[in-house]
Formats: sequence, C-alpha cells, structure tokens
Amino acid sequence: MSVTRPRGGGIIAFTFFMALLLTILPLPEWAGPYRPAWVVLVLIYWCMALPTRIGVGVGWLMGLLLDLINGVLLGQHALALAVVAYLATLLHQRIRVFPVWQQALTVLVLVGLSQMLVLWVLGVTGAVPRSWDYWLPSLTSMLLWPWVFVILRDVRRRFGVQ
Amino acid sequence: MKPLFTQGPSTGVRLILLIVLSVVLMTMDHRLAQMAHVRSALSLVLAPIQYLVNFPVVAGRWFTEGLSTRRDLIAENANLKAGQLLLRAQVQKLEALESENRRLRELLHSGSRIMSERVLIAELLAVDADPFTHQIVLNKGSRDGAFKGQPLLDSQGVMGQVVEVGPITSRALLITDASHAIPVQVNRNGIRAVALGTGAIDRLELAHVPDTADIRPGDLLITSGLGGRFPPGYPVGTVVEVTHDPGQAYALITARPSARLDRSREVLLVWPRTQTAPVEAETGPEPEGPEQLESGADGAGEPVPEGGG
Repeated sequence: MSVTRPRGGGIIAFTFFMALLLTILPLPEWAGPYRPAWVVLVLIYWCMALPTRIGVGVGWLMGLLLDLINGVLLGQHALALAVVAYLATLLHQRIRVFPVWQQALTVLVLVGLSQMLVLWVLGVTGAVPRSWDYWLPSLTSMLLWPWVFVILRDVRRRFGVQ
Repeated sequence: MKPLFTQGPSTGVRLILLIVLSVVLMTMDHRLAQMAHVRSALSLVLAPIQYLVNFPVVAGRWFTEGLSTRRDLIAENANLKAGQLLLRAQVQKLEALESENRRLRELLHSGSRIMSERVLIAELLAVDADPFTHQIVLNKGSRDGAFKGQPLLDSQGVMGQVVEVGPITSRALLITDASHAIPVQVNRNGIRAVALGTGAIDRLELAHVPDTADIRPGDLLITSGLGGRFPPGYPVGTVVEVTHDPGQAYALITARPSARLDRSREVLLVWPRTQTAPVEAETGPEPEGPEQLESGADGAGEPVPEGGG
C-alpha cells in the first residue's frame, strides 16, 4: 500500500497529442461528420484509469487546445471537456467495472453531453448547426470505444503509466 | 489506493472555477478585439501539429511527382505551355477591355475604378476541422503580409476571406460558411444581392431578392465590390435554381460556388487596392513588398512578435 510515484506523463501527453492529430486529420468530405470526438475519448479513458492525475484541469486545457485548433470561440470545448472530466473522475470506479458495452453507453452519454454543452454555447453566439449530423460524433465515439479502451489499456500497461 | 484529494481544492470547486474561467474566456473572445492577438500567438503553438498532419499529403505528392516519368513531364509541360499561351491571349484582350473600361468610366465621371491587385499564392494546410464550419488553414501568415479580412481566390472564383492571422499560418472563412455573406451582382444585368453561405459546401443562397427580379438559372454572380472587402468583378457562383413561393415575400435563389472550395490546394491571397485610391496611382502592377496593405481591419494585420523567424 505504498504511495506510487506518478509515471508515464509523457505517454499520456503523447496519447492526447495523437488525439489532436486525429481531430484535424483530413477526411473525405462524406466522412467529415462521422469523425469521433478523439480527444474526449482519450480524456475519458485517462480520467477513468488515473483519476488522481487526470481530471478537470487537464480536460479544460485539452478543450482549450481543441478550441484553438478548430478556430472556434475560445472556451467552449474547454467548458465541455472540464465537465466531462469531472463526471468521468466522479464515476471512475463504476465505469471501470462495467462490461465494455456498458462503458460504451457511458461514453455515448458523456460525449453527447459535451456536444450539448458546445451546442449551448453555439446557440448563445448564434451559430447553431442546422443538421442532425451534428450528433454523429457521439455515436461513432460510442462505437469506437471498445478499441480505444483496449489500445489505451495496453499502452498504459506496456509503459507502466500510473 | 491513493487518497483522492490530497492537494488543492476539491474537484467540484476546481470544476466550478474552470467553468467560470471558460465563460469569462468566451465572453472576452466574443467581445474583445484584443483577443485576436492572444489567438494569433497561441496559433503558433499549434502550427506544428497542422504542418505535421499535412506532412503525409506533402510526402505523397512529392513521391508521385518524383516518380512521374519523363514522357509525362514532357506532355504536362506541353499542356502547360499551350494553356499559358491561351491565358496570355485572354489577358491581352482583358487589358484592352480594362483600359477601354477606364476611359469610358472617366468619360462618365464615374467614381469606381478598375483596379489591379497584388496576389500571393498560399497553400492549404490540409486541415478541415469541423464539418459544420467551413474554415481552412493557410500556410501564410502576418509574416507574409496576410491581414484580417483579406479576400481569397482560387483559379475559378472567390473562396472566402481571412478571419484570423497568426505569424506563420492564417485561417480563412469560406463563402459557404453559414456565417458568411458576400455582396454580389448578376453579371448579365447588374442586379445586386447578397450571397449567404448555407453550411453546405456546394450551395449559396441569395438573400432578399424581390420576386420580380430578373434572375435566371445559369446566371453568373460576380463580386460587386460594394462591401469594400472583395475586389469587384470576380466570379462567385452560378445560379442553379430560382423558386417563387407565393407565400414568401422573396424569391428563393440558390447558387453553386464557382471556386472549387473542397478541392483547391493552391489559393490566391489578394491585396485589393482600396476603392478610394486615386486613379493616377494605378499604373501597371504593383511592385513587390507586403508593406503596402491597407490599414488591416482592427489592426489584426499587425505582425505579432514572432517566435521562430
């Protein structure tokens, strides 16, 4: 029951970096709306796995980067991701023991929530997207969660991130 | 198991602080023009990511170009030469028309002038972030003289305008973005309208055109230059559909953008000559030098301190 020293910060940063890359990776026109919310997925994983290290602060920072890289109002994703990180750390003990499909449902709810918060900000600033496609990232994120989960878990074990 | 909250305030308190911070940030970003400087400085941090994402595209192109055979090159070269000849011939005609137009306008004592513009080729960093905002990132920034509000063209027509300038990259809003509007006129008869972006990459809508206006499918829409931001006379789109709904006060007119918004990789940044420029000052093309820009709306064109030259 010794208190372990945090390790593998570089690995965590790298996974977030990859998520940012995937966020702006060019996709064919038709595939654009299906792009999963990569950063949110990675954030949820680390909040769940290492709630003592990755929490609202990191979520907020990643959201800010997302705002910058998307060229949208500074703070909207920051707000959304901070809330997602909060809920994920709050629920981490439960999410961890869920079977993976149930985890995926939680991811659907969390990503959906983040999208809803962003939508709310968009509504206030008068830039509401007019199509239901807006919600597709929640669905694709849910469908991709099992793979993201397995890959990130392997990465975490392989590099002993704790 | 480590104790969860050993240091600092609890997660809930931190969350609330961060939410407040986000709201403050959003309000500042929305209301204050000074935030443009902050953004442009921060964009320098993210530029490497954008270049990195673009790298496979660049590498792929380099590879295919490196592998193309001599015969292909010769054929391409011949094609280009033929194309250039054609364009030269057209430009000659254009120049003659331009000077004729200038003479006629002077006869009429008309205020507006044909203007020649300085252009710079910029390349798209292959970045399409959000499918619901039509923005692109360019590899030219304030270092190259780009400024906020600068018009952007491709070989076919108007693409959009620069909305954010960083030291080495800038961000442009396409004319199809739902928040974009561009003053146009019908090439055939000069009817003026405003073309609004719809959020669909292949569709523009003309706002508030009276039901009786003479606009037909196939009409070419060109920039009218009335907003003072886009130079006049560039193609914007072609009218594809005119619907008269008896229940509506205005005709519903949709157009297809002329520019290849989803395909062009090379775009032209344009330095328009201001409408008020005296006619004597416009003799021939402008000498090089990015310093001759107009004051740069809200001072966003000012170069910010650069990190890496």
